[in-house]
Amino acid sequence: MSEMNEFDEDVPEIVKRFMYVNRRAPYGTIYALECLEVVLIAAAFDQDVSVVFLDDGVCQLKKNQDTTGIGMKNFSKTYGALDDYDVEKIYVEKESLDARGLTAGDLVIPVEVMAADELREVMAQQDVIISS
Amino acid sequence: MKFAVLINEGPFTHQASDSAYRFTAAALAKGHEIYRVFFYNDGVYNSNRLSEPQTDDRNLVSLWSRLGRDHDIDLVVCVAAALRRGIKDEVLENGFRISGLGQLVEAGIQADRLIVFGD
Amino acid sequence: MLHLVNKSPFERNALDSCLRMAKSGSAILLIEDGVYAALAKSAHAEKIIGRMGDFSFYVLGPDVAARGLSDAPLIEGIDIVDYEGFVDMVAEHDATQSWL
Repeated sequence: MSEMNEFDEDVPEIVKRFMYVNRRAPYGTIYALECLEVVLIAAAFDQDVSVVFLDDGVCQLKKNQDTTGIGMKNFSKTYGALDDYDVEKIYVEKESLDARGLTAGDLVIPVEVMAADELREVMAQQDVIISS
Repeated sequence: MKFAVLINEGPFTHQASDSAYRFTAAALAKGHEIYRVFFYNDGVYNSNRLSEPQTDDRNLVSLWSRLGRDHDIDLVVCVAAALRRGIKDEVLENGFRISGLGQLVEAGIQADRLIVFGD
Repeated sequence: MLHLVNKSPFERNALDSCLRMAKSGSAILLIEDGVYAALAKSAHAEKIIGRMGDFSFYVLGPDVAARGLSDAPLIEGIDIVDYEGFVDMVAEHDATQSWL
């Protein structure tokens, strides 16, 4: 087989590192919900997906959300589906949690809490960063 | 180089679509390829042909449509975000098409660079 | 990596988060209302001046001009680029992060 043929037939699947960055609190704006919708779709593609929560984004994961009084859908339960979709790299910035008086125990799903120093390195390795 | 552009805001409240338009036009002028422009969140309003800005103002809906036609750019409006906001084929400006969020992820995979404009 | 900041430092924390999370050696481009962070006499100027050694800072000229700031002194060392320069910067860096 010539090199040319081998190249034509064996096109490698592109795998990129996609990072979804959440910096907004839920409900006040739609960004948190619509970003979650993107991540759930993105999970179907065979890419290296990570989801980051920092600044007010960490509030999206706060336990005990009850939206009955505001009439909006409580989508905090949907974060639990990320694991079912094999989205395993879920990072929460420690400084953002600390600044809001929260800890990992206050969150609806298990996450990897990372200091800014460490998260900075992970961010710098990404191919595509989708933020909202 | 192949660029993909994500626009998360509509044509009036935020500058995002203006910035994205100028960026896209400049990239084309420099000989780059625009793989796709994807409209998400309120960005879907950029495709509403019923919008009528005042005559002395720029009209981003027509500007995007014209840029898309002149350079054969794939202008994709997210179906989930669009339905919520009443953007359907009946009101879609020429050159835009409605499709799924997978088109955004695919653009991220296929393009060399993806750049986000939003609020 | 290239970082884009489009928010005024007087209104939002996008610049602060960018400066906290960006890796040394990154380029930071101020666009839209982000250009107010480039003003030499602003109350936030020290944030950028103090990090000049870590990052290269740029500001989008058309956004500066639109806001009547062409005659205002900008922080020394911030380079002004146009949309062509903006495109070049996105092409030159492997990835772009928008601090919305």
